[in-house]
Amino acid sequence: MDSSKLLGITTFIYMFSSVIYLALFVFRMKKIGLLATVVTIIGLLVNTAGIGMRWLESYQMGIGHAPLSNMYESLVFFTWSIVLLYLVVEFIYKNKVIGAFAMPFAFGSMAYASLSPEFSDRITPLVPALQSNWLIAHVFTCFIGYAAFAVACGTGIMYLVKLRDKGDSPNSLLATLPPLKVIDDITHKIILFGFIWLTAGIISGAVWANSAWGTYWSWDPKETWSLITWFVYASALHARFTRGWGGKRIAWISIIGFLAVIFTYYGVNFLLSGLHSYGAS
Amino acid sequence: MKKDKNSFWEFFASVKLALFCFFTLAIASIVGTIIPQNESPGFYIQKYGETTAEIFRLINIPDMYNSWWFVSILSLFSINLIVCSIDRLPTVWKLVTMDNLAAKVNRLEKMTPRNRFASAKPLQQVAAEVEQTLKGAGWKPSQRKTEGGTLLFAQKTPWVRFGVYIVHLSILVIFAGAIIGTLFGAKGSIMIRENSTVPYYFDRGSNAQQQLGFAIRVNDFSLTYYDSGAPKEFRSDLTVIEGGQEVLHKSIVVNDPLNYKGYTFYQSSYKADEDYWISVQNQTTGARKKFMARPGVELKWQEAGVTLGIVNLLRPDQWGRYRLKIWFSDGKGQPSVFWLDGETEVSVERADTAYGFKSEQVFYTGLQVAKDPGVWPVYIGFIIMLCGLFVAFFLSHKRLWVYIDETGNKTRVLVAGSANKNKVAFANMFDTLVEKLEENETLKLSKE
Ligand code: HEM
Repeated sequence: MDSSKLLGITTFIYMFSSVIYLALFVFRMKKIGLLATVVTIIGLLVNTAGIGMRWLESYQMGIGHAPLSNMYESLVFFTWSIVLLYLVVEFIYKNKVIGAFAMPFAFGSMAYASLSPEFSDRITPLVPALQSNWLIAHVFTCFIGYAAFAVACGTGIMYLVKLRDKGDSPNSLLATLPPLKVIDDITHKIILFGFIWLTAGIISGAVWANSAWGTYWSWDPKETWSLITWFVYASALHARFTRGWGGKRIAWISIIGFLAVIFTYYGVNFLLSGLHSYGAS
Repeated sequence: MKKDKNSFWEFFASVKLALFCFFTLAIASIVGTIIPQNESPGFYIQKYGETTAEIFRLINIPDMYNSWWFVSILSLFSINLIVCSIDRLPTVWKLVTMDNLAAKVNRLEKMTPRNRFASAKPLQQVAAEVEQTLKGAGWKPSQRKTEGGTLLFAQKTPWVRFGVYIVHLSILVIFAGAIIGTLFGAKGSIMIRENSTVPYYFDRGSNAQQQLGFAIRVNDFSLTYYDSGAPKEFRSDLTVIEGGQEVLHKSIVVNDPLNYKGYTFYQSSYKADEDYWISVQNQTTGARKKFMARPGVELKWQEAGVTLGIVNLLRPDQWGRYRLKIWFSDGKGQPSVFWLDGETEVSVERADTAYGFKSEQVFYTGLQVAKDPGVWPVYIGFIIMLCGLFVAFFLSHKRLWVYIDETGNKTRVLVAGSANKNKVAFANMFDTLVEKLEENETLKLSKE
């Protein structure tokens, strides 16, 4: 069993898990709730094993490094973080319907990592610029933040969906979603969590840049976009805290913010040029 | 007059202005990522046409992040932050230092969460028991007799209310560091050939030659590859020379620079020279000589009576592999002509001795030079920011009051609490505490 196989299986498990959560929501099949959670946990375990195995394999190849060194590996870690975070949310809020809005992100990113021809799943050695412990700190912190924003985007969408619930029938599809207030609270808390990790991500990136090039901030497109993303969420926090924004507007910001995340992470590499060699390969 | 000053102040204290700054900074930053920065004037003319390029030039688009208007927005943002914090701090200060034992009972009666109980025990005893229970749960209550009864109060982490201001302060600290770096720092680069010493660097902005006050010698540059052909390591072996003395020696790689007197030297690039190092050793006497050889140029080793040269070469491929064809004569018999394969050593038999040959490429190493006394303030700002965010997001100021009074033959207990954040978690904690009070055998509380 090698890491590619394990990660391939992970993709399928997450697909399966997404389908069960969606079924749970759409057909109100309360009974399959336990199954959904169990499948997700198994998926997370296989995912973890895959990451660990990949780490080991890199050492066996004599080019040992943490599996956080290219687009493929970071997507796998991103997926892993989404699932872990989602399970924590499910555990805290005791609500499985959220899975229907969160797990598709995990499946999507994993499937994208495995199937997209742009990313190679080969384990490659680190070029000199990436040979730093700051690489690990940087990718780790950024992607936990990104994963949080993915889940917040999911709950933001859930909020907007729930808004269509006119409350006329307690048995309607939308009535099974948590109350608006609760969804809003979950979104807000996850954004707080993501914000602190994104901040740590930007900071670790700055420290790394300084130790590699002697400039902690050079306004390269990737840096700049991460700052833009940071501004989006900072404005959400301020609008909420001081102007009482909530509900619909925060839900929209969670979606816009996540689009900014995707652009920072993905769009910048392909649409803009810069010195972030990292994503280019 | 007074009103004028107030509206002026209010403008700078408003969060609306902060949101405006976030928004404009974000939009402006986006523009800067779409229009390439710091290119030559010709680039903009070619890409956007004469007129647009001229407009760009007028409003500093090619160096947007350093333009007067971008820096102005950043300044506005900082003033906003300072004024807003000054504006609000007194209120927060009062909240943190206020005398909570002066709280009015009718305010406690409106708080959530709260609970009411009654006990048959005398007030003194109830107060003492409640105090014990609170202490047991990790609170440090103080108490005061009021007109009607006794008020106990305890709180946890009141200072977390400053968390937000710590975050805001950190931004100012980071800005201060950035300004220090701009005013007192320097950025530049140098290309140094192996075996040479350079006492200056070229400034990044002006390209002017700047003296370091000491010199850097590059003893060696080496480049290694993975089997795939990808570069594995760029390494420069550097010596710092000051006043004719070697004061520091360090081998640097990307991500591990050399520091001396506030300057940091970073491995950033390299360039292969036309020349090669050739070392020759007489294997009988052990005498050895190292030449810097240029293809087609004859070299003489006078003392040994030796002449040699590179007569042909295959240039380095993707893995840095190259071959040199060497012509060699020690004046005894026919000259030898042979290939040197990269850095592998070759031994050549001559009439009365053998000679060992080894070659190596000559490189220039490219170093980034930076002096930034603002880095430490910036890093301190980073740490303050992370701590501040943690405090602002995850800790809350929790307060707990217990008001005890007597009516008739009953003692009444009112427990109330408040937290400025994370109210659900606080309510749970509150319930646990109330349960503890209810379980207290001596108190025998009954719900009211
Ligand atoms: C990028 C810069 C900034 C960051 C990272 C930042 C961060 C924060 C954070 C984390 C909070 C707490 C929010 C919460 O608890 O949910 C906050 C609150 C606040 N911020 Fe900022 N802030 C920034 C800029 C500003 C600026 C420029 C202003 C100027 C008006 C401002 C005004 C406020 C105010 C008034 C509050 C509410 C504080 C209170 O409770 O009294 N912030 N900020």
